[in-house]
Amino acid sequence: MTTYTLNVNGKTQTVDVDGAMPLLWVLRDKLDLKGTKFGCGIAMCGACTVHLDGEVARACVTPVSSVGAKRVTTIEAIGETKTGQAVQKAWLDVDVMQCGYCQAGQVMAATALINKNPKPNDKDIDMAMQGNACRCGTYVRIREAIKTAAGVDTKDTREV
Amino acid sequence: MADGNITINTSRRFFLLAAGSGLVLAGCVTPADTTDGAPAIAAEPAKPAAPVVDMNNFVAISPDGTIRIMAKNPEIGQGIKTMLPMLIAEELDADWSKVVIEQGDADQKRYGQQIAGGSFATPQHWIPQRQVGRAARQMLLAAAAARLAVPVSELTTEPSMVVHAATNKKIPYGDLVADAAKLTPPEPATLTMKDPKDYRIIGKSMRNWDSPKIVRGEPIFGIDVKVDGMKYAHFVKCPVFGGKIVSANTAEIKALPGITDSFVVKQVGTSLMGLLDGVAIVGDDWWTVKEAAKKLKIQWDEGAAADHSTASFDSQASALAKAKPQAFLGPQGRAPTEANWAASEAAVNGAAKKVEASYTYPFLVHAPLEPQNCTAHAKADGTVEIWAPTQLPGQGIGLVAEALGVAADKITCHMIRCGGGFGRRLANDYMVEAAAISKQAGVPVKLLWTREQDTQHNPYRPGGYHNFRAGLDGQGNLVALTNHFVTFGANGRALGNATSPPTEFPSGFIANTTYGQSLVPGNMPTGPLRAPVSNAVCFAYQSFIDEVAIAAGKDPLQFRIDLLNSPAAAVSGEKGPMNAKRMVDVLNVVRERSGWANRAPLPKGTGMGVAFYFSHQGYFAQVAKVKVEQNGSWRVQKVWSVGDVGSTIINPINAHNQVQGSIVDGISEMHQKITFDKGRTVQSNFQDMPLLRMDYAPQIDSHFHISNNSPTGLGEPALPPVLPAVANAIFAATGKRIRVLPAVQSDLRWT
Ligand code: FES
Ligand code: FES
Repeated sequence: MTTYTLNVNGKTQTVDVDGAMPLLWVLRDKLDLKGTKFGCGIAMCGACTVHLDGEVARACVTPVSSVGAKRVTTIEAIGETKTGQAVQKAWLDVDVMQCGYCQAGQVMAATALINKNPKPNDKDIDMAMQGNACRCGTYVRIREAIKTAAGVDTKDTREV
Repeated sequence: MADGNITINTSRRFFLLAAGSGLVLAGCVTPADTTDGAPAIAAEPAKPAAPVVDMNNFVAISPDGTIRIMAKNPEIGQGIKTMLPMLIAEELDADWSKVVIEQGDADQKRYGQQIAGGSFATPQHWIPQRQVGRAARQMLLAAAAARLAVPVSELTTEPSMVVHAATNKKIPYGDLVADAAKLTPPEPATLTMKDPKDYRIIGKSMRNWDSPKIVRGEPIFGIDVKVDGMKYAHFVKCPVFGGKIVSANTAEIKALPGITDSFVVKQVGTSLMGLLDGVAIVGDDWWTVKEAAKKLKIQWDEGAAADHSTASFDSQASALAKAKPQAFLGPQGRAPTEANWAASEAAVNGAAKKVEASYTYPFLVHAPLEPQNCTAHAKADGTVEIWAPTQLPGQGIGLVAEALGVAADKITCHMIRCGGGFGRRLANDYMVEAAAISKQAGVPVKLLWTREQDTQHNPYRPGGYHNFRAGLDGQGNLVALTNHFVTFGANGRALGNATSPPTEFPSGFIANTTYGQSLVPGNMPTGPLRAPVSNAVCFAYQSFIDEVAIAAGKDPLQFRIDLLNSPAAAVSGEKGPMNAKRMVDVLNVVRERSGWANRAPLPKGTGMGVAFYFSHQGYFAQVAKVKVEQNGSWRVQKVWSVGDVGSTIINPINAHNQVQGSIVDGISEMHQKITFDKGRTVQSNFQDMPLLRMDYAPQIDSHFHISNNSPTGLGEPALPPVLPAVANAIFAATGKRIRVLPAVQSDLRWT
C-alpha cells in the first residue's frame, strides 16, 4: 500500500492503495465517483474514459501510480466546463441515450475532441470516437450530438 | 427504493419524489443555457417531501400538483421507463412537466408481469396502462363534480386540471387528490378512452427520463449500487460449463491483503444458468478481489462438456446434412411426415432449375456493456434484499429462493437500470451468485463479473446450419423448397432458441415446402438474444430467397412481393402468422425511399440489397447499400428501414433510436462469433468479440408506415432483416455470397 495524492475534479484527494490499482477502481471504489464506467478493463471499449490534463485516458489501464500531479477530470465535473456543458446539452437535445452505460465515456471523448478541434468534421469524429464502443448502437446520434455541440451542420457527409 | 441515490437503504417509495432531480427535466424540456463555469444541468437540491396521495398502484399525486408515476418494467435501454408512464399520463391528462417517474420494485402482485423481453411491453400495456390513467382521471372528475355540485358530464380536463366550462372554473388535480383517492376506482371496462386526435403526450417525442442523470454521471446502474457495510465479490466458475470443484486453496486466498473472505460455493439445481460450483473471493474493493484470483489454485472436475469443440460440431453438422433429417418441422401435432419431405424433394429434383446452398451462423454472446453484477444482502433475520440489473426479476427471485432455502416472499428485489440487456439478463445466474455469496460471507456483497467472465459464461445465441434446396419452373417461379436445418440438442429436442420456425416464409406461399431438422448433440448454455431465433434464421432464409430471385433472373425486391402476393395453396407447408399485405406495403415503401429502381448504375464494388422480416408482431423491410473495397473490406454506407408496428408510434424519438440501434447491432453481429474448444469458450473480450464502431456505423433512414393495427413493440423486430439485406448488397456489389457468418470468413476481394 502506498499513499497517493491526486487532483480529481479540482479537489485534492488522498488514497492509500496498491500502485498498480487502475485509476478506474480508485475513482469508483475508493472515491465513490461512479460515473466512470467499467466495460472491458483492457482499453477496448472507452466506458472508463476520463481526462488527464485534458487528454483522453482509459482509466481501466491507468495505474494510479502513473497519474502523479496530472489533473483528473471525470464525468461528474465535465459540466463545469463550457465545452462539457455544450456536449451534455446536445446529448439531451438529440436524446442520444439508450441504456446510457457507454455515454459517460462518449461525453468525455466528445468533449476532448471539441476542445482540441472546435469544428470537427465526420473524419475527425470517426477518428476521435472509434475507441468508444456503444453496444446499443447510438452512433448516428452521437455523431449528430457532437456536431450540435460544436455548432456545425449536422448532416452526415460521409460517402453514400 | 429502486434507483437514484442507491446508497440510501430505505423502503420509502416516495424518496425520489422528494430528492429526485427529474422534476424540472421532464420530457424534452431542454435545460437553460448558463454562463461559463456554472453547471448547465446541476442536480436539483433536495426538497422537503410533499404529502403524496396514492390514486392507485401506479399514480400518486401530491397537493403541489406533482404526479408520480411508477414505471413497472425493467429498463435496459429500450425506453420503457419513459414510455409506459406516457400511456398513463396521456389518459390521466397529466401535465407532463409535472410528472415524476419512479422505478417500481419487483412486485408482480402490485404491478403484474415484469419483464424486458419479447417486445411484449407495447402490445401488453397499450390498453391496461392507459386504463390506469383513465381510471384516476375519472376519480378526479368525480371529486370535482361533488365539490362543484355539477354532473360529471359537464366536466372535462386540461393538463392536470378539471375544467367546468359553463362556469369557467378550473381545479388543479393537486387540490382534488385527497377527495378523489377516497373514491372507488371505476371498472376498466366502463371507461371511455381519449380520442387519439386529442393526444398531447402519446406520439410526441419525450426524452428518456434518465438522460439528464446519465450525462451527469449519476450512479444509477446496477454496478453503481452501494449499501452500508457492503463488500466486493469476485466469483470464479469452471471454464467448462457445469464443471465441479474438487479442491481450492481458499485459506491461502483469504490471507491476502484486502481480502476478507474466500470460500467454495456449491451448485444448486441443474440449470447451467443457475448457481454453479465456484470460488468466491470477498474484500474491500473489486480490483483487489479480482487480482487475488490470479493466486487461486482450483482443481476442477470438468465433466462431460469438456470435449465440446466448434470444429467437431461443424464436422458432425456436415455429416448430418448429407443424411435424411431426423425429424420434420411442423406446428405441434401436424409435423409433416417423411413422405412430405420426399414429395418436396421430388418436386425440387423435377424442377426446371435447381438452386442449392448451405448457410451457417455461429454462436453469439450478448455482451451488454455493463458486465453482469448484482448487490445482495442475505440478512441475519432470514430475509434477502437484492439490487439487480435484471430483465426478469421473478425468475431470479425463484433461483435465490431455491438456492438459499428461503421463501420467495422473504426476498425483496429492487430493479436497477441495466447497462444493456439484449436478453442476457433474462437469466439471473449473477443474482443467485450474489445472494449465495452474501449468505456465506454474512455481509452484503456487490458481485461484479469481468468482461472475460461475461463472454465465457453466457446463455449463447445458438449457432446453426441451414441446407436449402429450391426448384424453379420454366418461368422462374419458385415451386418447391426444402431446408434441412442442423442444430444442437439432445433427446430429439433442440436446445433453447436453437430452433427454426416450421412456418418460416415461403412456407405456405409456394406449392411445396418441407423443413426437416437434425441435432448435433451438445449441452452449451443457450438462450434468447435480441430477436431470438429470428436474428439467425432470417439471415439464412432471406439470403437464400435472394439467391433464388437471382437464379430466376428477377428483381429480388419484386420477387419477394410476388411471392407474398402468391395465392398458392401449399401442399405440405403452412403459413405463419404474418399478414402478407402489411409486408408488401413496407416493401413498397422501402423501394420508394431507397431509390431501389435507380440502383443499376452503381459502380462495381457498391451494391444494394433488400430483406424483410416479420417478428414480434412487427413488419420490417430494409434496403442496405454497401461499398466493398478491392481488398475485400466493406462498409455499410446506408440502411433504409421501413417498419409497420401499427397505428401509433408512442414515443417517436425513442422508437427511431431502437431502429437505429437494431441496425447497428445487426451489422455488428455479422462480425462476431463465439467458438468452443475443449469445452471452453475461446473468445474473451472485445479484442476477439468486436463491437461495431463509430466509423463503421451507417447512415440510417428510419421510417414508420402507419397502419390501422394496435401498436406493437420495437425492441427487436427491426434487427433481423439487416443482416441479409447487407449480405445481399455485398452480393450485388461483388457477385459473392456470404453464406457463412462471421462475414470475415468469405473472401470478398475483387478486381
Ligand atoms: S473499461 Fe476501460 S476501455 Fe473498457
Ligand atoms: S447507450 Fe447502451 S452502450 Fe451506449
